[in-house]
Amino acid sequence: MAQITCIDREGKEHRFDGETGLSLMENLKDNDMEIEAVCGGCCACATCHVFVGPTWLERLTAPDEEEVDLVQDAPGYDKKTSRLSCQIEYSDALDGLRVTLAPEE
Amino acid sequence: MVGDGVVIVGAGHAGGQAAAVLRAKGYGGTIRLLGEEPHAPYERPPLSKALLAGEIEPVRTYLRKSEFYGEKNIDLRIGIRVEAIEREARRVVLAGDEALGYEKLILATGSVNRQLDIPGVELAGVRYLRSLDESLALRSDLEDAGEVVVVGGGYIGLEVAATARKMGAHVTVLEMLDRIMARVVAPEMSDYVAACHRDQGVEIRTGVAVTGFEGDERLSAVRLSDDSTLPADFAVVGVGVVPNDGLAAACGLEVENGIVVDEFTQTSDPDIFAIGDVTNHPNGHYRRRLRLENVQNAMDQAKAAALAICGTPEAYSEVPWFWSDQFDLKIQIAGLTEGADQVVVRQVTDENRFAVAYLKAGVLIALDAINAPKDFMQARKLIPTNAQPDLAKLADPAVALRDTV
Repeated sequence: MAQITCIDREGKEHRFDGETGLSLMENLKDNDMEIEAVCGGCCACATCHVFVGPTWLERLTAPDEEEVDLVQDAPGYDKKTSRLSCQIEYSDALDGLRVTLAPEE
Repeated sequence: MVGDGVVIVGAGHAGGQAAAVLRAKGYGGTIRLLGEEPHAPYERPPLSKALLAGEIEPVRTYLRKSEFYGEKNIDLRIGIRVEAIEREARRVVLAGDEALGYEKLILATGSVNRQLDIPGVELAGVRYLRSLDESLALRSDLEDAGEVVVVGGGYIGLEVAATARKMGAHVTVLEMLDRIMARVVAPEMSDYVAACHRDQGVEIRTGVAVTGFEGDERLSAVRLSDDSTLPADFAVVGVGVVPNDGLAAACGLEVENGIVVDEFTQTSDPDIFAIGDVTNHPNGHYRRRLRLENVQNAMDQAKAAALAICGTPEAYSEVPWFWSDQFDLKIQIAGLTEGADQVVVRQVTDENRFAVAYLKAGVLIALDAINAPKDFMQARKLIPTNAQPDLAKLADPAVALRDTV
């Protein structure tokens, strides 16, 4: 089973199995990470913002223009590592993925 | 009397989120989450879009996976109707006379669709859309619908129209006022959205009311105020909602266009909180009371109630925001337009990018963005600061919104 590691806003590390076919956002929510994801994953807000470890970023599908436009103005935006977790389709190929929750809005 | 703890009446977005946040914030008492519908808490926005179109299945609309409630020791009870609140005894009475005691009560009863009171509304084929089951029923209707009439040119009506059209129906939207979304957006925005719908083959008729539904048992036509009729296989009525505040009113809580709460979501009874669509709440930014029908408000008020119950209250005072998807229009709205005395359009025609900024005495109070997520995000930052944009810069879409002040 592929695993996801998520570092919460207190710096605590959580490790859990990821479910293929769901987005990273859905995986984070299902595992009780405190992520709002207000719009439910339709890329209409930026409340599922995470920082992705740099070695992982290049293994993910590149963000589309819409995601980039939204995430750029999200709190704590980091050009190198910021992503919207609803736009990352999770699969076993991402075993070991490490993400950090971005600050809350 | 069965224990104490928190009872949440209403297992929609607000109720489900309140239960989750209570646990996340370390609340250790009993949590009972009571829902009338036969479903765990789910997201309503997809009901008029992706779920209706068949692009996703119900499981993708659930707020949390089904195991969540058990794992978090949240007693989720669905298909349960609360009949009364007995404030002195601190308990809610369920259908069948069972009663549940509470230490703190959260009312998350949402809103209900405004009903049309016209002849024929009971005919098969006349539908409203609020619940997941109604969305699935409508989805199956639309699979082979020829003529669909949407009554009401607001956000829900237009989303349903777009989805039905994409599914192949011939769609007519009927709006009583002289333009769609007239109560909440500027004419420029109405025109832009209407033009998009018309380009996609949706007929939009404004200034016309529905006076009746006609047919033998099932709908066959819609009668209009000019006494003409439109053929219809299905009609979908989206003419607004009213707060579902009957339980609160019956137990003597202060109710006026929704349950009256303070910035901590507390009602006139300190042991009872109310959250989401059903509340009439103060907004610190706009300095007036609001009743909103949107996910952001439901989630933020859920958090405020949970924090108050955990003894760490934080006032809720967000600039509201909304979104809608219709055809290729990604609509995002920051703030409330009421009271605007000036609008400025920012348009890049070849990118289908369009935004309308609303000002009141020179202060940016709201912005509608279509395919303009940057403007939306930056407006959400600027509005709370009472920014006064330079009008020439504001009218120039090449200038970033944040650089207009």
